Amino acid sequence: MNAMQTAIALWTLVVKEIKRFTRIWPQTLLPPSITMTMYFIIFGSLIGSRIGEMDGFSYMDFIVPGLIMMSVITNSYSNVASSFFSNKFQRSIEEMMVSPMPNWVILSGFVLGGMARGLGVGLIVTIVSLFFTRISIAHPLLTIGVVVLTSALFSIGGFINALLANKFDDVSIVPTFILTPLTYLGGVFYSISLLPAFWQGASMLNPILYMVNVFRYGFLGVSDIPVGWALAAVVAFIAVLFSIALWMLERGKGIRS
Amino acid sequence: MAEPALSIRGLTKVYGNGFQALKGIDLDVAEGDFFALLGPNGAGKSTTLGVVCSLVQKSAGEVSIFGIDIDRDFARAKYHLGVVPQEFNFNQFEKVIDIVLAQAGYYGMTRREALPRAEELLRDLGLWDKRNGSARMLSGGMKRRLMIARALMHRPKLLILDEPTAGVDIELRRSMWEYMRRINREEGTTIILTTHYLEEAESLCRNVAIINHGEIVRNTGVRELLAELDTETFLLDLAAPLAAPPEVPGFEVSQVEPAQLALVVHRGQRINDAFSALSAQGLEVVSMRNRANRLEEMFVSMVEQGNDARDKAAAGAEVRS
Repeated sequence: MNAMQTAIALWTLVVKEIKRFTRIWPQTLLPPSITMTMYFIIFGSLIGSRIGEMDGFSYMDFIVPGLIMMSVITNSYSNVASSFFSNKFQRSIEEMMVSPMPNWVILSGFVLGGMARGLGVGLIVTIVSLFFTRISIAHPLLTIGVVVLTSALFSIGGFINALLANKFDDVSIVPTFILTPLTYLGGVFYSISLLPAFWQGASMLNPILYMVNVFRYGFLGVSDIPVGWALAAVVAFIAVLFSIALWMLERGKGIRS
Repeated sequence: MAEPALSIRGLTKVYGNGFQALKGIDLDVAEGDFFALLGPNGAGKSTTLGVVCSLVQKSAGEVSIFGIDIDRDFARAKYHLGVVPQEFNFNQFEKVIDIVLAQAGYYGMTRREALPRAEELLRDLGLWDKRNGSARMLSGGMKRRLMIARALMHRPKLLILDEPTAGVDIELRRSMWEYMRRINREEGTTIILTTHYLEEAESLCRNVAIINHGEIVRNTGVRELLAELDTETFLLDLAAPLAAPPEVPGFEVSQVEPAQLALVVHRGQRINDAFSALSAQGLEVVSMRNRANRLEEMFVSMVEQGNDARDKAAAGAEVRS
């Protein structure tokens, strides 16, 4: 394929993915908006007013970046995991496999689709948060950069999950038993400075902590961990996972007999 | 000399569980041919086509599409290839028009090129009125036609149809045959067809390969194959029922129904002699048809011979062990 044909193929796949999640918006866009509104009301307004300040900011201001990031992570991941697995299950992945589209385009198309949903939901949650607090962004470029990278990383994660999955249960195991606990323990609702020394050390092993903290740094200008180091780690993770996903696709793992 | 549309050499496939689905098959399909790949279930037809379409990874061997080795440049080879699989493999929740346009996009076709092509194909295949409906609302026959339209979007020179008319009613099947004949004749599209309806292969195809237990057991012209047919069985409907089958000298006759006879005609026998004998006994034949399709008789006998040889070899191996 020449460059123009490759671009058309990628665009086709991305648009198809965006159409998919917007077609089923009551399943994809509405639930996270409602859930996050509940978080803002219960944790931000009702309980948050009694908690007081966290790292020098009102509790509502503290949790807004974490909740946006949580939405981006879970939606990016689950979009690609469920969409790609559904393509495998319905065998419509064969439409792409018989075409001359390179594997990196297939992978990128699904990842960009997952990012579109993750970032779209992140934007919705940001808009909802404006009803509860005034958002000011200390470092706009960094904020956008880290949320885009995080969305890409978890979209690739969802892709690998779907490649390995043999049944629908397999695409919900990782989000339920790994992603959600890591997100909740990744400093969305608290500063790790509140934890005893041992648990602070344990938290440093949680990759989501770094993303949430860099994102919060972008909003508030405060972070529990070094920002540059965290960004480099996210970029490295993206490079490694993208290579693994592409290698699996080239080998036909989970899709070719 | 023109490159064959498809050339396969020594194709072998061993699945992860050790099952050898293909045992080094060789096959050539000439450009412009209408070719049937026949075989019983599990013989290796779909595995062969799966390798050609990149859905199955081969264990060994070479495959070229219009001279392009798939190991060297599969992407370029795929431009020449259109695939209609056995099972529905599109997203049932998408619109018909979106399915065909997306396929064109995967081949790098611009929207400006794809839209008129989609309209042409959907109109030809009777799906234009359904273009904005969800694919899951289509009937089984329409879904098969949708897969044909999708496969033809990028104007492939080689079209692979894996049981395209399975579960389709007779009227629709015949209209699909006519369409396939037309694209083969007018557009020069090479067509490879697998089917269990041997009438379909006999009616459409010029050449045939029969595959059994992962090996090509015959590869010849349909006419040449049929010329080898030694016996044909005809069903004769009589004007009046009989108590017992009549004697017809030189022919095997059995009674199927009170008013229906089965007449076995061997090569070299004249069916007119049988009619004369029946007429002399005052029996009136009102209609006649083949008991089975001619190619079907040939196919069944070849597959049975192959199975017998295999059973004998297996029994020998068992005795030796």
